[in-house]
Amino acid sequence: MGQGFITLTRKEILRFWKVSLQTLLAPLISTLLYLVVFSQVMGQRPSPYGGVSYAIFLVPGLVMMAMLQNAFANSSSSLVQSKVTGNLVFVLLAPISEGEFLAAYVAAAMVRGMMVGFVVWLTAWVFIGGVVYSPLWVMVFGFLSIGLAGVLGVLAGISAEKFDQMAAWQNFLILPLTFLSGAFYSIHSLPTAWQIFSRFNPFFYAIDGFRYGFVGASDVPPMESLFVVAGSGLALSWTTLVLLRSGWRLRP
Amino acid sequence: MSESLPAIEIKGAQKNFSGLQALKGIDLQVETGEFFALLGPNGAGKTTLINMLAGLVRPDSGVLRVMGHDVIRDYRAARRALGVVPQELVFDPFFSVRETLRLQSGYFGLARNDDWIDEVLDNLQLMSKAEVNMRALSGGMKRRVLIAQALVHRPPVIVLDEPTAGVDVELRQTLWKFIRRLNTEGHTILLTTHYLEEAEALCRRVAVLRQGQVVTCDSLEGLLRSCNAPTLEAAFVGLLQQGVD
Repeated sequence: MGQGFITLTRKEILRFWKVSLQTLLAPLISTLLYLVVFSQVMGQRPSPYGGVSYAIFLVPGLVMMAMLQNAFANSSSSLVQSKVTGNLVFVLLAPISEGEFLAAYVAAAMVRGMMVGFVVWLTAWVFIGGVVYSPLWVMVFGFLSIGLAGVLGVLAGISAEKFDQMAAWQNFLILPLTFLSGAFYSIHSLPTAWQIFSRFNPFFYAIDGFRYGFVGASDVPPMESLFVVAGSGLALSWTTLVLLRSGWRLRP
Repeated sequence: MSESLPAIEIKGAQKNFSGLQALKGIDLQVETGEFFALLGPNGAGKTTLINMLAGLVRPDSGVLRVMGHDVIRDYRAARRALGVVPQELVFDPFFSVRETLRLQSGYFGLARNDDWIDEVLDNLQLMSKAEVNMRALSGGMKRRVLIAQALVHRPPVIVLDEPTAGVDVELRQTLWKFIRRLNTEGHTILLTTHYLEEAEALCRRVAVLRQGQVVTCDSLEGLLRSCNAPTLEAAFVGLLQQGVD
């Protein structure tokens, strides 16, 4: 990775930093509102995992949900804006390889995802408390999952040619995948059909494995989640790289 | 750089867009150090050809080289050798003029380039706007920044795609003074413009495109002589009224 990659990553980080009210503070507030509302309304229900309060169960799910949504939003919205306004030409004219291009957008998406996730977790920790069962699992699942969302954002960004196409990605794919991922519940509480549906959702594995790192309990074994999240990330990265190399929708 | 190496070499370039044949086998060569005009009516294929050189559009067939570097196989070297001023007035609204130029330098591998950035800003009379956000600039100022972005990595070949469209006389004079200087210093300039008097004043060789084909490619004097025309505009109009063959 050369100077082009470093500069593009820096530019993408600067881009979201310059509008941090929208890109960092707004998701922080909305995630904390979820936390307050759900922990108050559902706090009296028995926790899915014995010995862990519902609020403590909820925090990792909300942190991961915020990280996934923001990592996706960063790469996808930056790309589609640059395409629609035409300024992506400055990057396309430069001697930057497709691999560097993908890596830079994903790296910046991961930085934003981590920043939002860390502040949400820190705030929740101050008001609700909690422990970290395994920092290694937390970091592994955090890193891989936001990378997966960042790559998905690049794929959405290169495929969408208009803002409504990007809204379709957001509303018909990302929102259902994140809300039906076990962020608010254990999938064991779902009817069988929805449990089966959840098993096809990589974000479920991202949240389940991440939660395991905090509370030491999960719906499926963490190694299974790791395999699915890493495998999905690799498959998606490869697909996106192939599309970038073909010039699809960027270099007709 | 070798004296005999063409700055731009295009052989058999073809491009179809959804059934529309935009380029029908273009052969063109621009020598190093030339100030070359690529002329043609709207839709002739000028911008498609430039976009192919810049790697923004992939050729269906043919070979395109910049300073001897194939634009597909050796794209890094080809893009480093090329500075393109796009026709559209595009900009990134998140950044100031200086930030924009520093980022563009970085994309081309130049981490520290402030001395040259200052020189370009000064020559394009942009220094007073260096810290101003791109959104706050007038159209003419944005055009200057586009030119500065194309020059920021000191490319040996500079492509100007209608750089003076819709800009005032002051910018034209500033721009042409600077571009003439770069040409004198050895940079190759490829210009497309609808202002034929500008092309006549600046360029030594001219190619005319029509419907995706090169109608003629000659020295300015040779073109005027062969068309028996007093001005480039008269020659251009005469060529377009003739059949392609």
